[in-house]
Amino acid sequence: MKNLIAALLTLTIVSTGMAQKFTTKTGHVSFFSDAALEDISAVNKQALSAVDVSKGEVAFVVQIRGFEFEKALMQEHFNENYMHSDKFPRATFNGSIQKAAPLTWPGSHQIELLGKLEIHGVSKEIRVPATLAVKGEEAQLNLKFSIKLADFGIKNDKVKNISETIEITVKTSMKKA
Amino acid sequence: MGTKTWLFIGLCLLFSSVQAQGLLDELESTAPKEKEYAFATFKAPRIIQGHSIETPGKGELMFIIQHRFGRINTGFYELFGWDQASIRIGLEYTLPFSERFNVGFGRSSYGKTWDFFLKTKLLRQAKGGSPLSISWLSTMAINGLDWANPNQQNYFTSRMAYSHQLLLARKFNSWFSFQLSPTLVHKNLVPLSQDQNSFFALGMGGRVKVSNRVSINAEYTWLLPGQHIPNINGLEPQNAISLGVDIETGGHVFQLHITNTQAMFDVGSIAETTGRPELGDIHVGFNITRTFSFKRR
Repeated sequence: MKNLIAALLTLTIVSTGMAQKFTTKTGHVSFFSDAALEDISAVNKQALSAVDVSKGEVAFVVQIRGFEFEKALMQEHFNENYMHSDKFPRATFNGSIQKAAPLTWPGSHQIELLGKLEIHGVSKEIRVPATLAVKGEEAQLNLKFSIKLADFGIKNDKVKNISETIEITVKTSMKKA
Repeated sequence: MGTKTWLFIGLCLLFSSVQAQGLLDELESTAPKEKEYAFATFKAPRIIQGHSIETPGKGELMFIIQHRFGRINTGFYELFGWDQASIRIGLEYTLPFSERFNVGFGRSSYGKTWDFFLKTKLLRQAKGGSPLSISWLSTMAINGLDWANPNQQNYFTSRMAYSHQLLLARKFNSWFSFQLSPTLVHKNLVPLSQDQNSFFALGMGGRVKVSNRVSINAEYTWLLPGQHIPNINGLEPQNAISLGVDIETGGHVFQLHITNTQAMFDVGSIAETTGRPELGDIHVGFNITRTFSFKRR
């Protein structure tokens, strides 16, 4: 009986204490639309991100309003006409690290992330390549992938001011939590 | 096993399940609560004639071309106003260090007028914050016409007139916005002794957005009754009424409208409107804005 209690206690402590969790509130998320009329790019420097190395979990929360554009009018269009950020203020990703072999730390690995990306209120399973590096108190997670507007119910204009496929780049440098 | 033991095991399980709630929820709970300011209450810095609370973005320069044709009741000889167009070209600039301060100037063919203004955002509508956006607008107009009576002693200050407005706007939802603008107009020189130098008006304007890029706007300036507002060329000033449509493309906003006023600076459109729409004194007009950004990224 006592052994059982001890085991449970250890398990609980281990599962909390062993967590190798890294977070930041200043991740960079940028996107690029290469359209006929004009190239449009924006960056958000306040993305929340977290990675739990021991559990292999990854999460991102990005405020749509936090994307900064070259022109204020572009930013207004982005929020008002495309992303409807008053209704859908955030984009999120919740996923897990897919690995063939156990990852060793410290170290840098090419990994794959599998999880749910939610943009504009629409959630979609995605699988994207990423680089994860952990060294001491710091972790870096970088990824680059493309999404289709149509997959997330984002309507383009008739004149196609923006491209149908948007390239998204994520760069985060996280500290141990 | 005793009850206590079961309780303990239960607690352990509960604890680990709370943990398994996920990294995303954990992350969302740490998200800073930022004020969500209302944006795009109107499409352009003008509703039609009058200023809206909108300004160009921080550090942006806006070029504005405003045009009013003559009256459509002038008939075919004048091509329904085509030949008597009035124009204002202006620049407005929002200071790079604060989006609250916007300055501008323009030159109108109406009265060969130079106008200058300062628009200050005092309060911005926000979710869980202020229900209104409030801006302060002060303008000055300098009439550039030759003196009507060059033989008398004329003072430069006699050319000047001012308007001061409090712009109170609310974006009720994504398609409807409304603005009230209590206004004070001051003219340094008025023609008759019983004319008031200072008088009051109330501006009202709204927009209904009909698609992502198109909205329908209406505007009315009510000159408060019981005031001696100076006549313009012997005609009593009328309340300005305008109806228009905003069409937005990437970098431009086109505003097309019909109105009974021809001046495009505040003192003129508020206090010098003589057109009587019921008699067909209607001007077709447009505003075009183009924004230039000098922001470094």
